[in-house]
Amino acid sequence: MATVLTALQVAELEQQIRDIPDPEIPVISIDDLGIVRDISVDADSGLVRVTITPTYSGCPAVQAITDHISWTVRQQGLEALVDTTLSPAWTTDWMSEKGRESLRRFGIAPPSGTRPAGPVPVGLSVRQVACPTCGSLETEELSRFGGTACKALRRCLSCREPFEEFKAI
Amino acid sequence: MLGLADDALIYAQRLGEWLTRAPQIEEDLALGNIGLDLLGQARALLTRTGELEGAGRDEDDLAYLRDEREFRNVHLVEQPRGDFGQEMARLLWFASYQHELYAGLLTSADEVLSAVAAKALKEVAYHRDHAGHWVVRLGDGTPESHERMQAGLEAVLPYLAELFDDDATSVWAAEQGIGVLPSTLHDAVVAHVSAVVREATLTLPDESRWRSRGGREGIHSQPMGYLLAELQHIHRSHPGASW
Repeated sequence: MATVLTALQVAELEQQIRDIPDPEIPVISIDDLGIVRDISVDADSGLVRVTITPTYSGCPAVQAITDHISWTVRQQGLEALVDTTLSPAWTTDWMSEKGRESLRRFGIAPPSGTRPAGPVPVGLSVRQVACPTCGSLETEELSRFGGTACKALRRCLSCREPFEEFKAI
Repeated sequence: MLGLADDALIYAQRLGEWLTRAPQIEEDLALGNIGLDLLGQARALLTRTGELEGAGRDEDDLAYLRDEREFRNVHLVEQPRGDFGQEMARLLWFASYQHELYAGLLTSADEVLSAVAAKALKEVAYHRDHAGHWVVRLGDGTPESHERMQAGLEAVLPYLAELFDDDATSVWAAEQGIGVLPSTLHDAVVAHVSAVVREATLTLPDESRWRSRGGREGIHSQPMGYLLAELQHIHRSHPGASW
């Protein structure tokens, strides 16, 4: 297919791909989540290669994201090739400030800090996580695993509101 | 590599059985999430195994169309569900083992294996932590929970030695710089589990007189056949079906 794209069209397409919402947490785009690693558009052949990295090995959203990217690219009459890469492993550090802010406004505490690299001591964790509703630091962990692989459940002791926390990995 | 993939796949299947059966809904989610992480690891490893084999088998062929004797998982992961304490004992040992294993595989000469290891290491650290918390909570809990947690540690005991056996494949893989020798992981795994068990006011049982063996050669225990029947029957009843 001999589609000739202008630089502007390429930039627009890239932006459209980056703006695709996460299927589980639609308030954050896959770019703000930090899972888009590379987009390359071959303007001559019309092949768009997108490289993404999963947040967790078994994250079921990867398939939905891949399909959404292919669909977006096909709308422009182009072919998409979506690669998933595991290395280097995704970390919550790659999440943008804008992404963190949208999570907080949505009622999910953004990942705070990173886990220590060394051995994790046994015992109850004393990590402080701010409540996304009232901002209080008086919160406690209810469950280390939430509705999706990337979240944990917490409760605010000040406003009594339960909330989800995006786990820092 | 097939051994690692099958360990993850079969244990994911067993953990899936806990959904709607765990003591609280948060645990349904937790065990489901842990199983999902393992399933993701298994998928990447099975795909890689298929590539290396070069016979055109993909992850589905390897998961659904192999017979029992072709599976290379250890007996620990195929054992039926016990009570919750026993599951936490199994998870603590298995996640501690996987943690040391993946840490060793970070420098594997196989780039897919080292990438999976880097990803999975963070996940299994979380699994290990989760199991550790429960073992401490149950062990250092009521007399009833203490007793049942201790019984759980004893129930999984005969299946642990097999994790650290150096079979011909792992010796070869270690020589090639692809894998790590399972026996070299033993001390670090035992050290971690012992620390948790001590904090839980429990005691690590002595070596058992009987121990499992043969999983890595495809010799499995009776529950494995039933597990595979459940895992594979839809795919085999409807060959080639897709959503």
